[in-house]
Amino acid sequence: MFLINCPFCGDREQSEFKAGGEAHIVRPKQPTELSDDEWAEYLFMRKNIKGVQFERWNHVHGCRKWFNVVRDTSNDQIKAVYKMGEKPPT
Amino acid sequence: MKKNFRVKRSKHIDETYKISFKFNGKLYYGFKGDTLASALLANDIHLVGRSFKYHRPRGIMTAGSEEPNAIVQLHNNSPWTEPNVRATEVEIYEGLEASSQNCWPSVNFDIGGINNFLSPLLPAGFYYKTFMWPASFWEKYEYFIRKSAGLGKSPTKPDPDIYEHRYIHCDVLVIGAGISGIISAKTAAKNGFKTLLVDEKPYLGGSTIYQNSEYFKINNQNSGSWLEKEINEIKKIENLEIKTRTSVAAYHGYNYLLAKENLTDHLPIERRKNKTRHKLLKIRAKKVVTATGSIERPLIFDNNDRPGILLSSAIKKYADLFGVACGKKNIFFTNNDSAYETTISLIQKGINVEAIVDNREEVDSKLIYEVEKNNIKIFKGHTIVNTYGYKRINKISIMQLSKDGHNVIGSKIDLSCDCLGISGGWTPAVHLFTQSGGKLKFRDEDQVFIPNIYPSDQISVGACNGDLTLDSILVNVPKSLKDFLNIKNNVYENFDVLSSHNNSKRNIWLLPSDKVLGKTNSFVDYQNDATAKDIKLALREGFKSIEHVKRYTTTGMGTDQGKLGNMHALGIISETSEAKMGELGTTTFRPPYTPLTFGTIVGRNVGEYFDAYRKTPIHEWHVKNRAKFENVGQWKRAWYYPKNNENMFQAVQRESKAARESAGILDASTLGKIDIQGADASEFLNRIYTNAWSKLQIGKCRYGLMLNEDGMVYDDGVTTRLGENHYLMTTTTGGAANVLGKLEDYLQTEWPELDVYLTSVTDHLATISVCGPNSKKIISEIFPSLDLSDKNFPHMSFKKTKIGKIHCRIMRISFTGEQSYEINVQANFGKSVWEKCMEVGKNYNITPYGTETMHLLRAEKGFIIVGQDTDATMTPIDLQMDWIVSKKKYDFIGKRSLYRSDTIREDRKQLVGLLTDNPNEILEEGSQIVSDINKSPIEMLGHVTSSYFSPNLKKSIALGVVKGGKNMLGQKLIIPMENKKINVTVTDPVFLDKENKRLNA
Ligand SMILES: [Zn+2]
Repeated sequence: MFLINCPFCGDREQSEFKAGGEAHIVRPKQPTELSDDEWAEYLFMRKNIKGVQFERWNHVHGCRKWFNVVRDTSNDQIKAVYKMGEKPPT
Repeated sequence: MKKNFRVKRSKHIDETYKISFKFNGKLYYGFKGDTLASALLANDIHLVGRSFKYHRPRGIMTAGSEEPNAIVQLHNNSPWTEPNVRATEVEIYEGLEASSQNCWPSVNFDIGGINNFLSPLLPAGFYYKTFMWPASFWEKYEYFIRKSAGLGKSPTKPDPDIYEHRYIHCDVLVIGAGISGIISAKTAAKNGFKTLLVDEKPYLGGSTIYQNSEYFKINNQNSGSWLEKEINEIKKIENLEIKTRTSVAAYHGYNYLLAKENLTDHLPIERRKNKTRHKLLKIRAKKVVTATGSIERPLIFDNNDRPGILLSSAIKKYADLFGVACGKKNIFFTNNDSAYETTISLIQKGINVEAIVDNREEVDSKLIYEVEKNNIKIFKGHTIVNTYGYKRINKISIMQLSKDGHNVIGSKIDLSCDCLGISGGWTPAVHLFTQSGGKLKFRDEDQVFIPNIYPSDQISVGACNGDLTLDSILVNVPKSLKDFLNIKNNVYENFDVLSSHNNSKRNIWLLPSDKVLGKTNSFVDYQNDATAKDIKLALREGFKSIEHVKRYTTTGMGTDQGKLGNMHALGIISETSEAKMGELGTTTFRPPYTPLTFGTIVGRNVGEYFDAYRKTPIHEWHVKNRAKFENVGQWKRAWYYPKNNENMFQAVQRESKAARESAGILDASTLGKIDIQGADASEFLNRIYTNAWSKLQIGKCRYGLMLNEDGMVYDDGVTTRLGENHYLMTTTTGGAANVLGKLEDYLQTEWPELDVYLTSVTDHLATISVCGPNSKKIISEIFPSLDLSDKNFPHMSFKKTKIGKIHCRIMRISFTGEQSYEINVQANFGKSVWEKCMEVGKNYNITPYGTETMHLLRAEKGFIIVGQDTDATMTPIDLQMDWIVSKKKYDFIGKRSLYRSDTIREDRKQLVGLLTDNPNEILEEGSQIVSDINKSPIEMLGHVTSSYFSPNLKKSIALGVVKGGKNMLGQKLIIPMENKKINVTVTDPVFLDKENKRLNA
């Protein structure tokens, strides 16, 4: 069980959080203008990387804020956390 | 004649404190400080159990948690019974009762022992090969396997003990309180770190604390005396917490560890009452120092498993710490200096050592010279080729080893003995390190795996890091701590160390014999009876991976996880397959390091706390009025209220009739309630519901359907506009938490520009629904000043009012199709307002109804229940609810998905009504629906989602989903059941009052 450094609360147990899948997938502003394929790309297609992955996490049993986490899925090391709307670290 | 195996006094044993205990029904005595194993050995009992597969007699082999053989059942047939307990770890107490397991009828005469004579017929993989075919015979095999195998008996009565969980946060956790752990704890604590030191044993100091030899000195004191002073000193350090009887079971990522603190197992049962038995410590450490020491290796030779064969280090511990001689005619067999260390201890105590068999040739060692001085015969360059004695070793045969160690030469020499100490060198205890994700490397010179790459902020020190001698520990431990803790001041100056070991070792994984391998019983895994020939057979049969060999031969799969023999298994595989040890890798060590009881794992989460449930503010009333409850999410909801021995069907029929004929009352407090405020609240609702919200007037209510982005129905409920920028949303009972989470997600991530605030108020409000033709009369009697006329208070509207000082929000909304009012009050007034409704409603036969009647009433009206009539594959169009999907709105969650090529298919499953030809036949929910029963395979068109007998329509009604059902109105379909087919007709899903006349009746 890892520790996640919530950008609002600090280090907390993983059990306080909920994982929310891949980060930086923006809901299209005008869904009606999209073809079936383009909409399906947004709706269904997600990466599943062995290695460094950008993820959304929610401090669901805490401040309830969503934020982003950069995690190496091969060893669970968290490289960075940052708030929604902030630029991902490079 | 009573034999006395208690020798010189030991500081650890209190000989003035006699303790009686029972083993296999017989009464024995030991002393305070004894383990069950040491007390049994003091009574000259070695035979304590039978092996798992061959039922061979087995004795105590070790003096610690690595014990494979001496596992016993405590307090059989009592609530305190516990199987698979290691006798080497049980501290004796008055009234202790232990018995052998895995033997029947007794450890001395065991019927399963016949397997030993059949052992040529029970090779590796025997279970897989024999019992698998034919598959239908498995049940018969299983019966016999279970009867003759099995490790102990699980308790049949509830666990009477109390367990707790505790979270601990510390700067430095030190695991193991041997000399390396003590040095580490003191160094950390003296440098200001909040330090926790844990050790599985009841005392501190590991194996050094009983080291009392001229050959091992620190600063001119015997190492044991030196360490004792250190221990006394660290006990006074304030920022150092010390926990004995505490074993670390698991080492997870991010330095999160689980440890079991044992608080009462060493006490007589009557003194355990009302005390916590075990604490599961959930430790989060900034830094971890692992100082778990090492485990002595056995040696692998023919019949190396007889009672009376122990690890050399165990014999030393029993003598030095417990004052117990394991035998009167001791022989040692070794490949390194450790056995000489033990021999010197025994000489000190006057215990007879007959001989030492050393597989090495000449070695220059002070310890060997000391032993030779005492005229003990040493057979150098020899190996044991066989042992004798069924229930206790009485003789060994030895032969000379060839130069290369592959063969034996010369003639056999027999030596008689009653105890054999074996030492194959030492294996660093790297189990916790690898559990944490650490990677090992193989050190060729002494054939050990040691820590290499650390996955978190941790370090291994001392023997578990490969420093197996006193001098290397004292040089390396302080040095590594200095870097690890980044400290300026050393707590320890340079040590003046005397360590008399010669470090040479002649490592031969499988010692040669004068017999062919197939005729030997050289045990690698004692607990699971895996032998060297089993491993070689597995390799011959094509298994290559260590993980496969492990499972095929069951090596390392016992409760001891092969702490003794795993290295030898690897060694034999490496030699046979000519693969390098370092490249083979080890098997995975999994938590727990030593077994945990279930009680420890669950702690206080037992009984009603196992899965906590939620009660409404009116719950006590339902209980008093004998409601039957059903679980909805975490809630207990009143299901129905049986009267005069009614069954469920009868109660529901009565409740449903009453609700439509006069008045019914329902506790709807479990509905999810979300308070929505903010300037953009209306715009927000527009985006999350399928219908339009901007034009909803203040004081009006509207039903809404929420979709997922994939277009599938997610939740539904009525939302009321309380003010210009203020709404109260209701959700389904089970969906409340998820809906709030989803709304917050969109607000925080997709639409942060919206000015909207969400607050869950589910628990703050009690909701009472009064329905039926007389509901208006009841409400008007409770709220005499409220104008209930259809003009002032029409269907789908809301009023604020009061009963006395209690603020009430009343919504005129209906889930039953009857005229109905939902009263929302602050939760703590819920019960009294409910009772007021009951009192006023008495004249109208107001009838409390539960969830089952609610479901029936709404089904009569064709209202869906999300999660019952829908699953995650139903769109609003599939539900024939096109009316609620706004065509005008540019966007809402899920809109785009409603015209994907898949969602517009005409042959999707759609919600329809189903009427049985026989009106008294009630369909089973979940039944399949088909049209052609003669087709093969039969095409499944859908299934029944809701089904009831309607007392108001006097016939059975059902809802179901059917492929293309929308266009099948009037068509006949078939519900095939086990013994019959039921004919049904597809209908509209609304069965009652299509015109909604009753809402305003
Ligand atoms: Zn937080």
